[in-house]
Amino acid sequence: MRRFSYRSLISEALNAHQGWQRQWRAPDPKPSYDVVIVGGGGHGLATAYYLASQHGITNVAVIEKGWIGGGNTGRNTTIIRSNYLYDESAGIYEHALKLWEGLSQELNYNVMFSQRGVLMLAHNVHDVQSFKRHVYANRLNGIDNEWLSTEECKAFCPPINISQDIRYPVMGGALQRRAGTARHDAVAWGYARGADSRGVDIIQNCEVKGIRRDASGAAVGVETTRGYIGAKRIGVVAAGNTSVVMQMAGVRMPLESYPLQALVSEPVKPCFPCVVMSNAVHAYLSQSDKGELVIGAGTDQYVSYSQQGGLHITNHTLDAICEMFPQFTRMKMLRSWGGVVDVTPDRSPIIGRTPVQNLFVNCGWGTGGFKATPGSGHVFAHTLATGEPHKINAPFTLDRFRTGRLIDEAAAAAVAH
Amino acid sequence: MLLIDCPCCGLRPETEFRCGGQAHVARPEKPVDVGDQDWSEYLFVRANPRGVHAERWIHQHGCGRWFNALRDTVSDRFVETYPMGGKPKSTTTEARA
Repeated sequence: MRRFSYRSLISEALNAHQGWQRQWRAPDPKPSYDVVIVGGGGHGLATAYYLASQHGITNVAVIEKGWIGGGNTGRNTTIIRSNYLYDESAGIYEHALKLWEGLSQELNYNVMFSQRGVLMLAHNVHDVQSFKRHVYANRLNGIDNEWLSTEECKAFCPPINISQDIRYPVMGGALQRRAGTARHDAVAWGYARGADSRGVDIIQNCEVKGIRRDASGAAVGVETTRGYIGAKRIGVVAAGNTSVVMQMAGVRMPLESYPLQALVSEPVKPCFPCVVMSNAVHAYLSQSDKGELVIGAGTDQYVSYSQQGGLHITNHTLDAICEMFPQFTRMKMLRSWGGVVDVTPDRSPIIGRTPVQNLFVNCGWGTGGFKATPGSGHVFAHTLATGEPHKINAPFTLDRFRTGRLIDEAAAAAVAH
Repeated sequence: MLLIDCPCCGLRPETEFRCGGQAHVARPEKPVDVGDQDWSEYLFVRANPRGVHAERWIHQHGCGRWFNALRDTVSDRFVETYPMGGKPKSTTTEARA
């Protein structure tokens, strides 16, 4: 792998940029691997990267049915934060945030991580009480989060309309200053480049059609559109399609897949300094480095794999944005799209073993998986390498839906699902 | 936005409806006899198919009645709607064809 540096940039500038190489290979699949990862999104690629870099397991394949980072990794609104209520969630999201802080250096790839702050607005008494509870809980877990009054919100993010005569006036907000955004494609590419340079095979345009099991029931490999590939261990990281892949091994999952939409506006000059989330009126807004407003809308109400959602869902979000940020009422929206998110009953992920031996799963990230990409990959790599969960992902078992030890962020977190 | 064929009111826009999730998930007759694994399946495990899905809808802002529907989760096309307690006319394989 050729390292990116000031020197390599200068030398390529003098060379008319003729010497840049492909950043990862396009290998043919080998007959078998130590670990096969199903799904080449951010989480899958991060898992492969940490398997190679932390555990020395390099005989690894990442199998992707489309192109890497073409699913939810390339479809989210790139918000990164760790201000979750419960200890288990705070543990895994803060683990990820700490990895984000050094990620560009570690990967030698600029993921454009920008800690511009995430401000979550409160619009009613319940929001205020709930967010303050989050602030206190976060501080006990060593996570920065602070309460801002209405005027302090306006000072931190001047475009906010704090007028008292709008339908849902702003009553304050919780600000995590270390939170922010990153370039989603660069995360997939950076991990792919890092994993590939350590020997991981990234196999694109290769769909898994079945999971082969031996007489004892253990998983021994995957049937794909490019033939059978044997595996000592299989990690399924297939986001919205996890139920479909796990069904191939006869495992039924507590998941439902919904379309989640996002949209971007025409690019304009820098005018929006941070990320603003408002769960009560359902608006998620930030400005990309290219100048587009990046807007997150809600999920549709029905199970779907269509990667598109209803127009009334985005319309609802734009209504809220126009009222909270009147300066954007004449912005033109350029593109909108949908991703298929896998939602668990308690809105917390599932990372760990399954009833099938040698088959592991990392799924259920629902509407908020991008922020966890490095942490998720890191702990899942540990799980795949050792066969045992890392202490951070130990609570996120599939078995918790039987034992009842749910991590019920659905009710507690401010995320409106 | 979907157009949904309410058995009572005919074709109406999706915003008048609420989706009630997977249909035909029967509550166990005697919960006291059900083990943790089966109870977990009843509460949490869902079919989530990539293809035809049986689900419940209510025409919330219309006649207010519940009904069942078969819908393809890839195209979002409704195959048919049918009354609560009833069975669909088409089998799922026919619906796929």
